[in-house]
Amino acid sequence: MTVMLLQGAVEQGFVYALVALALYLSYRTLDIADLTTDGSFVLGSAVSAAAAAAGHPAAGILGCFLAGMAAGFVTAFLHTRMKIQAILAGIITMTGLYTVNLWVMGGRADLPLLKVDTIFTLAKTLLGGGELAEQYAELITVALITCLAGVLLTLFLKTRLGLSIRATGDNRDMVAASSIDPAFTITVGLCLANGLTALAGGVLAQYQMSSNLSLGTGVVVIGLASLIIGEVVVRRGGVGRCVAGAILGSVIYRVLMVFALRASANPANLKLISACIVAVAIGWPALADRAKLARRKAAAGKGGQN
Amino acid sequence: MLKLEHISKTFDPGTVNEKKALQTVSLELADGDFAAIVGSNGAGKSTLFGAIAGSFFTDTGRILLDGRDITFEPEFRRSRRIGRLFQDPLRGTAPHMTIEENLALAYLRASGKGHIFSRVSAKEKEFFRQQLAQLGLGLEDRMSQPVGLLSGGQRQALTLLMATLVTPKLLLLDEHTAALDPGTAEKVLELTKRIVEQRKITCLMITHNMQSALALGNRTLMMDSGRIVLDVKGEAREGLSVEDLVRRFHSSTGRALDDDRILLAGEDN
Repeated sequence: MTVMLLQGAVEQGFVYALVALALYLSYRTLDIADLTTDGSFVLGSAVSAAAAAAGHPAAGILGCFLAGMAAGFVTAFLHTRMKIQAILAGIITMTGLYTVNLWVMGGRADLPLLKVDTIFTLAKTLLGGGELAEQYAELITVALITCLAGVLLTLFLKTRLGLSIRATGDNRDMVAASSIDPAFTITVGLCLANGLTALAGGVLAQYQMSSNLSLGTGVVVIGLASLIIGEVVVRRGGVGRCVAGAILGSVIYRVLMVFALRASANPANLKLISACIVAVAIGWPALADRAKLARRKAAAGKGGQN
Repeated sequence: MLKLEHISKTFDPGTVNEKKALQTVSLELADGDFAAIVGSNGAGKSTLFGAIAGSFFTDTGRILLDGRDITFEPEFRRSRRIGRLFQDPLRGTAPHMTIEENLALAYLRASGKGHIFSRVSAKEKEFFRQQLAQLGLGLEDRMSQPVGLLSGGQRQALTLLMATLVTPKLLLLDEHTAALDPGTAEKVLELTKRIVEQRKITCLMITHNMQSALALGNRTLMMDSGRIVLDVKGEAREGLSVEDLVRRFHSSTGRALDDDRILLAGEDN
């Protein structure tokens, strides 16, 4: 029983790792808090579920990636061409996507996939349909998709365009003086990031055999929490290390959630815990500085008679 | 190589802050010219660089680089052929990327070959290592370290290498040693001289050091109130002392040179 639960957690961890990779690209690399994420996650799940319901699960996976890229493009356009702050641009796109997602799911808030082929049933057939295939097809599929995405992302970030995107987030001054058009690199970065997020939503929809409008709430925070857990585990370093950390962090996050649930914590509490993890982890340097200053003041007060 | 035809730039026109930063400046640099620019604060030196590099478009005039009209080319496109260094050594490099990645970025962008997905080959990495070794700072053994770990002088030397890795048509140096300690500044200046002269790069350098304005390169320009008021090269430049320069400035502008920094820099040498 526990093994099955753990396996399920690892599988979900791999799926959500795609969001962590997306945030590594937008938040860590481009230094943009991209709130499109919540919307593009649902967009991906809606596109993928709708396509699977129509009998095209594999096309749905490709389609959700493209749809996510389109969503990222809208945010990038609002930010780079219409000069709207990145956070607001993301919120605008996310809000608009709510309606788009409703359209894609045929006007329903919930789209269950009943007795249709998914990429997982296809994988089971491909693996021969035996008992082992039945047991591990899902794990193998999600691990394969996520690791492939991770490897491609790592390779991409070492190309001319990838290096330019990283420099855009790292030093804007340098970018202007080194033949990089920041509007272009930000656009490419946000398109890719939201493509990855939507891919996560798409894989999840076929994995849990349903899509739901409220699926995306808090995805950006969960993704950040995973990213940060991964950074704590592998320490920050080169690109390959960070990408591996994001995937690992997401798996660890899901496993921790299983333990939390086993300890009969209310699932509704999990989002508050995630929010706290992210707030503390990102705010840690500032908290540490304050503590240091307080100690310094106390020390000065003690010996400070003169 | 570089030709400026009557370029002007006025900031905030029609307001109380109106500033005529460049007033019909014309300048022609020959291939391989290495010119030093001096002038007091607000004389328009950095504005001149901004106009050439494309940080803004000029109000009038034309800018030609290597025979090509670049007057309205955006900055990021010009910078493929124009290298630029600033006073702040942190401006030219990406701190969280490694030395190798910084060099790879500069190389892949400036060389213009390949496509957006091209990566550096092992051969090119070896080339980076050789180039780094020539700086004599030991950076060739630290290629996989983030640039943020380097000192200001090391970062400026790396920026210089990045700007010249693929020989640019024009190199703009905006007081690029002014923020470094004297010893390091000396070293970076020496490197600059070596690279520019070895590769015969056409170069403009802003400095507040009158001595080096006369000693470095083959031409000295002096700016005041948005104009080039003095342009000496060749025989006229040889044997010119800092005092001569100050006197010539006075006779051509009718004012005394009023920048302490320039005068002090002239004295302590």
